[in-house]
Formats: sequence, C-alpha cells, structure tokens
Amino acid sequence: MSDKIFHPARESHEIFKASRLTGDATLEDLDSIRKRTSVYVYEAPVRLWHWINAACITVLIVTGYFIGRPLPSMQIAEAYDQFVMGYIRFAHFAAAQVLTVGFFGRIYWAFMGNHHAKQMFYIPLFNRRFWHELIFELRWYFFLEREPKKYVGHNPLAQIAMFFFMTLGLTFMLITGWALYAEGAGQGSLPDMAMGWVLGLVQNSQRLHTLHHLGMWAIVVFMIIHIYAAIREDIMSRQSMVSTMISGHRTFKDDRVE
Amino acid sequence: MGQIETFYDVMRRQGITRRSFMKYCSLTAAALGLGPAFVPKIAHAMETKPRTPVIWVHGLECTCCSESFIRSAHPLAKDVVLSMISLDYDDTLMAAAGHAAEAAFEETIQKYKGNYILAVEGNPPMNEDGMYCITGGKPFVEKLRHAAKDAKAIISWGACASYGCVQAAAPNPTRATPVHKVILDKPIIKVPGCPPIAEVMTGVITYMLTFDRFPELDRQGRPAMFYGQRIHDKCYRRPHFDAGQFVEHWDDENARKGYCLYKMGCKGPTTYNACSTVRWNEGVSFPIQSGHGCIGCSEDGFWDQGSFYDRLTNIKQFGIEATADKIGMTAAGAVGGAVAVHAAISALKRAQKKTEEA
Ligand code: HEM
Ligand code: HEM
Ligand code: SF4
Ligand code: SF4
Repeated sequence: MSDKIFHPARESHEIFKASRLTGDATLEDLDSIRKRTSVYVYEAPVRLWHWINAACITVLIVTGYFIGRPLPSMQIAEAYDQFVMGYIRFAHFAAAQVLTVGFFGRIYWAFMGNHHAKQMFYIPLFNRRFWHELIFELRWYFFLEREPKKYVGHNPLAQIAMFFFMTLGLTFMLITGWALYAEGAGQGSLPDMAMGWVLGLVQNSQRLHTLHHLGMWAIVVFMIIHIYAAIREDIMSRQSMVSTMISGHRTFKDDRVE
Repeated sequence: MGQIETFYDVMRRQGITRRSFMKYCSLTAAALGLGPAFVPKIAHAMETKPRTPVIWVHGLECTCCSESFIRSAHPLAKDVVLSMISLDYDDTLMAAAGHAAEAAFEETIQKYKGNYILAVEGNPPMNEDGMYCITGGKPFVEKLRHAAKDAKAIISWGACASYGCVQAAAPNPTRATPVHKVILDKPIIKVPGCPPIAEVMTGVITYMLTFDRFPELDRQGRPAMFYGQRIHDKCYRRPHFDAGQFVEHWDDENARKGYCLYKMGCKGPTTYNACSTVRWNEGVSFPIQSGHGCIGCSEDGFWDQGSFYDRLTNIKQFGIEATADKIGMTAAGAVGGAVAVHAAISALKRAQKKTEEA
C-alpha cells in the first residue's frame, strides 16, 4: 500500500497542488481526483432557519398528534402534581412560538439575503424556461432521463413543493394554530386580537381543529418526499444537497456544461 | 294610549312586593356581572322606563328553549321576566289561541311599531316557499318577516334560530335557515344552545329590557358575558385533562373516578357556553358532571361534526369513517410506499449505469 503512494501514476506536476495528500491516499484516490466548482448558495441565516424550522416542525407534529389523540391515561401522581397533557401542549406552543419568529425572520431574509433566499416564496409563472425544466425534472424522477441538470438553487419541482407546502402550508398552520391559541388566551388577548377573526370566519372551533389537523398531514407528506429527495439527489445528481444546507456551498460533481 | 306603563308597574300588578323587586334588581346585577353600584340604576330604569314589549314567535323548533326559559332557577326572575313577556304575544305560552292569538299578534305590532323586541325560537325553512313550516295558515317565514319589519331588535333563541340546528343538518332538505340569514336589516343577538341555559336567557332579556341595548357581543354575535369562554376553560375535570388522565371506555375505572371525557368525544374544548359555571336545573349539574361529554350544542354546525363520541371529526367527503388522522395516515402511507419503490428503482438504475460504464 505505502509504495503506491510513492509511485504516482501521473507526474507530480500534473497533480493539483491541493491534492498533494498525505496519509492513506491510494493511487486510485489520486487518479480520481478532479476539480470541482462550488457556489455559495444558502447564507447562514437560511441554513440556521432551515434546521431550527425542521426541528420545530418535528416537535409540532409529534406533540400535535398527541394533542389530537392523547397517550393512554397515566397515573404517575395526583392530578394536581401530574402534567402529561400539559407538558405536551406546552412543548407544542413553545415550538410554535419559535416557528413563528423563525418564519418572520425568514421572510425578512428573503428581502435582505441573496437571490436564492427569495426562491421559496414564489413560482416564476411566466418563465418559459422554468416550465421546460420542470418537465425535464419530472422526466428525471420518472427515470426517463439518464442524467439530471445542475441547479444552483432549488430545482423547479422543489421550488413548487417549497412554495405550496412551506410558504403557503406554514402560513396556513400559523394562522389556524394562532387562532386556536387565541381561544385559550381568551377574548381581548393579543393573539385574539391578531387571529381571533379566523374563528369568526370558520365559526366552529371543532372545524378549526380539523383544518389544523389536516394541515399537519400535508406537512408530513412534504417531509417524507423532501428528505427522500434530498438524500437521493445527494447520491444520484451531479451536485451536493445535504451538505449544501449545512455549509451553504453547492458543489458540482462534474465540470460539463449542459 | 293613556298613561305609559313601566316595568315596575307591571311587576307590582303581578303582586311582586317592593322588597322582592329590589332583590330582583340586585340578583340581576350579579347575574350580569355588574357591580353593586348598578343595582339602583337597574331599579331606577325599571321604575321610570316604559315597558319594552316582546313578541315571541316559533318556527321550526322543538320548544326546548321555552321549556328551559320557564325553568329559570330563580323563581323571582322567572316570574318577573315572564310576566313582562307573556303580556304581548307568545303562541305557546299565551292564553289566547287561534284567531284571537293572531289578532293579539297584529295588535302588538301596530301598537308598538318600532319599539318591540322580536324573540325568535326556531327558524324558517326556505324550500318550497317555506311550506315546511306553517303557522296561522301562512309560511312561518312570512310571519317572521312581517314581525321583524317593525321590530327594534331581534333575539335568536337557541341553536335553531342562531345556526339552524338539527333541522339544518346536511343535506338540510327543507333548507332550514338561521334568522340572521333571512332578516338582514335588524340588530340580532344570538343566544345559542339546545336549549340555552335558562339563567342565560333571563339574563339577556333583562339586560335588554333595562338598559335598552344589547349586552357586549362576541364575534359571532353572542353575549360575551355568557359565551366568552369555552366549557373546557372552566370545567372542573380540567386538572385531569392537563394531567393526561382520561376516561378510556364508558364505565371503566377512570369514568368512576371522574376523569376527563376528552377521549370520549367531549366537545368542551370547542364549545362556548356557560354550562361549566352556571350549570343546569338550578345549578344542580351539567352534562360533564353527570359523566357525559359536552356535545357542543351552542356551536355552529354542531350536528355535522361527526359522532358526539369521537374526539376527531369524521370528514364525510372522504368516506363515512374518515378522521383527519385516517386520511393523513393513508396519504402518508401511500407517499411513503411510493418513495420506497422509487428508491428501489433508483438503486437498480444506478447499479445498471455503473455496470454499463465499467
Ligand atoms: C407545522 C406546524 C404545526 C403542526 C404540524 C401542528 C399540529 C397540530 C395538531 C395535529 C393538533 C391537534 C389538532 C386536533 O385537535 O385534532 C394541534 C393543535 C393545536 N395547535 Fe398546532 N400545529 C402546528 C403549528 C401550530 C402553531 C404555529 C400554533 C400557534 C400557537 C399551534 C397551536 C395549536 C393549538 C392551540 C392547538 C390546540 C391545542 C388544544 O386543543 O389543546 N400549532 N396542532
Ligand atoms: C434530515 C432532514 C432534512 C434534510 C437532510 C434536509 C435537507 C435539505 C436540503 C439539502 C435542502 C436544500 C434543497 C436544495 O438544495 O434545493 C433543503 C431545503 C429546505 N428544507 Fe430541508 N431537510 C430536512 C428536513 C426538513 C424539514 C423537516 C423541513 C420542514 C418541514 C424542511 C424544509 C425545508 C425548506 C423550507 C427548504 C428550503 C429552504 C430555503 O429555500 O430557504 N427540511 N433541505
Ligand atoms: S371533560 Fe371535556 S370540558 Fe372537561 S376538561 Fe375534559 S375535555 Fe375539557
Ligand atoms: S355542556 Fe355542551 S352540549 Fe351540554 S348543554 Fe352545555 S354546551 Fe350544550
């Protein structure tokens, strides 16, 4: 093994400077080294928001499910000393507050941040190229294309999903959630003054619960697809995915142009 | 018309003593959540103001509101308010019947034009020109419109007048329609419930008769003092809810211990009413206290929110037995399955490509 390292296949001047590796790099490693381009796409606030948002939504889904369908009764202590449902609801409301602040922060960043920070909030309806690429992306997912295109920001399919499930979906959850919260906070409270009108519109709070509950399942569906797609594209596409949401850099695996 | 009759005159004529009258005034103030300073104000108003006449009409309904009303906990309040009302027109409570009753109806409208309060129990069915509910030989909707035209204000008694109630349940064959969707040009106060609590009814009517205006209303047009909070907010079983201790089956140990009825479909968390504070039958009990969940009778569409015994609403558009959870889990399961298949094909394709390239 070690002699391979000292007898490289290429001349040393052919080897990129940065790839003059130490340690256990093998001949094959050195052979397969290639130049990769990368673009800084997601700025720190977007990445921070992404993971805080993902964590909050996970907490909201678990606790929300148990609000709608509580755990089996428990007998840990006297009722006055036991707070199982209370803590579940507390966690839901606490995560909801963080989610709300985060979402407003994200909207702020859509204005302050780079071009890609805006992508989640709109669909370029009148851009012909967007629709062409959307069809291409669909074909890629139906195994009709051998190779996907490269994208700096979201691909068109992702952009549509982000817009409907997150921009609109989270807005829906925030509105219905705060309207439910306003009921507990009481008439005349701040949440009530901000969101109480929703109950006036929906009329029956039971209906509001059902709408909020259905919204949760829409987000669960998004999560399944989103996480699958992120990992699949990370492996199969020509670009980085998961690490992009961690470091902010989109790395392309090849240098070919379309 | 001669001398104007005041409330006080009417009460004295009904044999109510001054002492009882003062008691009634303080009771009313307390029931309405007003301070002691309001007692003389109520007394003064009743002594000096001309009596407000009330016409009480009945559409498509079961008369449970009237039944509740005449059982008001405080006999004094009941006597007083009833004596003020039955004087004019109420086709189930008044002595007169038939043509005499209809004549009294017309007479009251003419005599007190623009001054009377119209209390509506039940609602008009609108299909077939309102032929599903005939009173006095005419569709009720005509009577309602006629009486509403010269009314000062309208009280919608109960879930029927306020929201439509069971006769408006989907598919609502007679198109039973709540009052505020038929009468559009009058101030309307909703006092929903099936029936509303007697003390709530007398409280609302007393407030209106003495102060000549509606009490403070919530967004849905209900008196905020009685419909401002949910059953759940003041339920004595709430500590068990917060603890996560629920009745799991009827007649289980938890039911005997009086745990929270949430899992048995209690609609207390979504129902605005005063049952958990005022209670029923002279404050003896209320549904939850006797071991049955709230069915949400004072809420719009309570009859169409699935079973009274399910926590989650059945959503009919998705089949007979579909809750949000069933729909969601089916969707998530389908998507999860599709993802798994897609992942498997992706892996195969990738392996294929690799062998091709090699
Ligand atoms: C992605 C976000 C969210 C998810 C997935 C979610 C999920 C749920 C679910 C499933 C329920 C049970 C509904 C039922 O009664 O059947 C619920 C209840 C509730 N949620 Fe959310 N929710 C989210 C966001 C929010 C937000 C932003 C708020 C705002 C404060 C909120 C406040 C509430 C309240 C007040 C309840 C009712 C609690 C109770 O009745 O005791 N939720 N949520
Ligand atoms: C382990 C779980 C997750 C991973 C690995 C992951 C990964 C990613 C990646 C790689 C991107 C960038 C997509 C692209 O490059 O086009 C992204 C974007 C995004 N993800 Fe996730 N994600 C996860 C969980 C979630 C969850 C739970 C949610 C919310 C339900 C979520 C919401 C979003 C949103 C809204 C964006 C768009 C960000 C923006 O444009 O600002 N993610 N995620
Ligand atoms: S019994 Fe009903 S109203 Fe009372 S705490 Fe339980 S859910 Fe709430
Ligand atoms: S407890 Fe609920 S269902 Fe029963 S009378 Fe009160 S509001 Fe109506």
